[in-house]
Amino acid sequence: MSRQQTHRLAMIVITLVAAIAVIPIVFVIGYVVWNGISAISWAFLTEAPRTGMTEGGIMPAIVGTVILIFGTAIVSMPLSIATAVYLAEYAHDNRLTRYIRLAIVNLAGIPSIVYGLFGLGAFVLFMGFGTSIVAGSLTLGIMTMPVVISTAEEAILGVPQQFRTVSLSLGATRWQTIRYQVLPHALPGILTGLILGLGRAAGETAPILFTVAAFYLPELPGSVFDQTMALPYHLYVIATQVPGMPLSIQYGTALVLLLIVLSLTLTATIVRTQMRRRREW
Amino acid sequence: MAVAKESPPARTRADETHSVNWGEAIIETLIKAAGISTIFIIALIFFFLLREGIPAFLDIPLRQLFGPRWYPIEGIYGLLPLLVGSLMVTVGAVVIALPLGIITAIYLGEIAPLWLREILKPIIEILAGIPSIVLGFLGWVVLAPLVQNLGAPTGLTAFTGSLILAYMSLPTIISISEDALYAVPKEYRDGALAIGATQWQTIWRVVVPAARSGMVIAIMLGIGRAIGETMAVMMVTGNASNIPPLSPGMFFQPVRTMTATIAAEMGEVAQGTLHYNTLFAIGIVLFVISFAINSVAGRLVGVKGTRRERHGAQL
Amino acid sequence: MRMKFVLSASLVLLCLGLLNGCAGRSAAAAAGSKTGRAIQNKGSDTMVNLALAWAEAYRQVKPDVAIAVTGGGSGTGIAALINGTVDIANASREMKESEIADAQKNGIDPIEHVVAVDALAIIVNQANPVSQLTIDQLSDIFTGRVTNWQDLGGNDEPIILVSRETNSGTHVYFLEEVVRKGDKENKDVFAPQTLLMPSSVGITSEVQRNPRAIGYDGLGYVDPAHEKLIAVAKDGSSPFVQPTVATGADGSYPISRSLYMYTDIDSNSAIDDYLAWIRGPNGQQIVANLGFVPIPKE
Repeated sequence: MSRQQTHRLAMIVITLVAAIAVIPIVFVIGYVVWNGISAISWAFLTEAPRTGMTEGGIMPAIVGTVILIFGTAIVSMPLSIATAVYLAEYAHDNRLTRYIRLAIVNLAGIPSIVYGLFGLGAFVLFMGFGTSIVAGSLTLGIMTMPVVISTAEEAILGVPQQFRTVSLSLGATRWQTIRYQVLPHALPGILTGLILGLGRAAGETAPILFTVAAFYLPELPGSVFDQTMALPYHLYVIATQVPGMPLSIQYGTALVLLLIVLSLTLTATIVRTQMRRRREW
Repeated sequence: MAVAKESPPARTRADETHSVNWGEAIIETLIKAAGISTIFIIALIFFFLLREGIPAFLDIPLRQLFGPRWYPIEGIYGLLPLLVGSLMVTVGAVVIALPLGIITAIYLGEIAPLWLREILKPIIEILAGIPSIVLGFLGWVVLAPLVQNLGAPTGLTAFTGSLILAYMSLPTIISISEDALYAVPKEYRDGALAIGATQWQTIWRVVVPAARSGMVIAIMLGIGRAIGETMAVMMVTGNASNIPPLSPGMFFQPVRTMTATIAAEMGEVAQGTLHYNTLFAIGIVLFVISFAINSVAGRLVGVKGTRRERHGAQL
Repeated sequence: MRMKFVLSASLVLLCLGLLNGCAGRSAAAAAGSKTGRAIQNKGSDTMVNLALAWAEAYRQVKPDVAIAVTGGGSGTGIAALINGTVDIANASREMKESEIADAQKNGIDPIEHVVAVDALAIIVNQANPVSQLTIDQLSDIFTGRVTNWQDLGGNDEPIILVSRETNSGTHVYFLEEVVRKGDKENKDVFAPQTLLMPSSVGITSEVQRNPRAIGYDGLGYVDPAHEKLIAVAKDGSSPFVQPTVATGADGSYPISRSLYMYTDIDSNSAIDDYLAWIRGPNGQQIVANLGFVPIPKE
């Protein structure tokens, strides 16, 4: 085969392979939308499940996921932003900093089920919170830290050095500079990372299995020490454990979860592009 | 005596900051404490895993712990089938995802027209965002019956798990490969084309070899992602604590991964029992494996410090 | 600043959500369970839909008593009872001596209540020609001694074994009474290639779509319209009996077992009332409606 023919053949093969990679993604989303859209209605989103969960809605699971999203944000935000500020503004290029970065990389790589075990051992049992929103939020919050830290650090580093030097030369202290000059300009980038992390946390099942999730609760949680239902676990349960579960409700639940997660990711992307457009430098 | 009166000393920065010094010092200490917090947290995780998992290593003789059968209700705690299960699913996933991902990255970076790239890249980003439970659900409802119709004795097999895991690792592999390809200097391509190579020859013999180290990182992170996945494999691999005999059809046998074992059995164990300890011991094994992979990958990336490696093998 | 608005709005929403729940919690507190909230009912997956139906029906009887139902398997429920985190443990098997001892070590004294009877059906795909098997044959099948359907008079296909996870009381019961044929000395276990499904529904799903599969499930979970029920004989000389509510009740079907709820001896009156209602005519009617066998009248 001539070189030209090899080239053409290779181009065809490569394009085909890329199609094999991308088309199933479109198929997955389309399939879930196609099969799930029939189940979506105002009632589905606002009612509780009935008749052994084969009828009614998924409201408690939606509320539970929203609660966990807030809880994750509350736990993850302060610690992650502080860590990012430390890395960007205070850390020297020494061994300690290398260890910190190693720790962050590893936190990002720990399997989600191991986070579940940690949450069980540390928060549910050792600290005695029991299976509760607190335990679940702490577990998810720690799991989200790497993403928020790295995006926040990049956002902080992205603020031009002039902002800092001018501020310091005008007499502000280091912290004042950070608080009034650096952080406000880095905030959109930090928010992007946070929302991205929350999107991932909202879709996770393994960390909440033994720390907060419940199969069926007769009413919404009353305090942060209660269990709650949550969408990922709910989908798992109705897909594998409830007899006579209409497929449309299963797809509908998957669709709602998908929409929540993807809209969070989309929001993060929008914040990021808005920020780039409005940037003052 | 009249001393030449100086004007009062100008308020220096030191004077002003004295009043805010305490508050500032506290805040800065908190920030420094936060900085070390990640190390503290990782140590804490390892500590808790050890605390609950070490008894398993102490009470079960190693020969038994690595025995060929996992049947906890009869006191048989052999981890071998679980290790094999995780290994098979991971190897299968990497074998599928690596060529798929690298070639797609080549397509995106070297061949696709710009407008197509702008469409395809967000689509791949979306894949990264799909929760694993949704993919597992589709695997159970759509993929498993498909695999069975293709002739497998059952649709719940290592192959089904590998396929889903491969797609879950794709975004990571594609973006790292893309970065690696992008980093190859334009001169390499120009030089090759100038001496008459076709685009394909340029890609295959010049660009890809230059990007090799980046692709190694892609493999490692893909492996890390695949080994750690729980829900998707739990729904499609059949969860049989089985060591398939070496044969061409071995990937079409059901298997049981370490992650699925923990998820399936943790709810049932009473605290402090040997079964409980052994599940945490599996957690230790998973932690050590992911630590090893991520440390090596992290070191390979080194100073470049791209965003990818900090997201690691993802969640 | 816009950010402040977003943050304060979020805080307001969070507070509203918590406040809303406080109203619900005082109702739950009135239920007076040991854990200060709803009655926690956990355990057997075989019983989970029964438990859910009971909880929903009881809501009409005593609206201020809330019952939270979770599955997870008999082992899960019993473990939770031992840990003191649950009020009622559902189990499709009896608690073991060792488990009772563990509970007593934690200050919990379990009481056993029989709440229903369940015939364990053996199911195969509708397209499978085999219709009857003895317990010996079932034992051979599930230990992997027989691996092809043609050895049983069926097609030339590998047998795919489908079972519940090891935390399931149904699994344990099947192991003891069918795989080990009721022999305490027998140490046989399931074949390693047995698919372990997370729930009863998983078993029926796989059996429905795989012509080579054989599984076992509580009678309440099988539907003759979708799965084929195998007639089982105790031994070579006994008749083959189909599993039905009637044959489960009169004992002619060889594999049926009691379903239990375990509570602590110190549980309060709300829990005792609930259990009494379950064992009464209304609760037992629900048992029959769901395809289980009501407690036989003494």
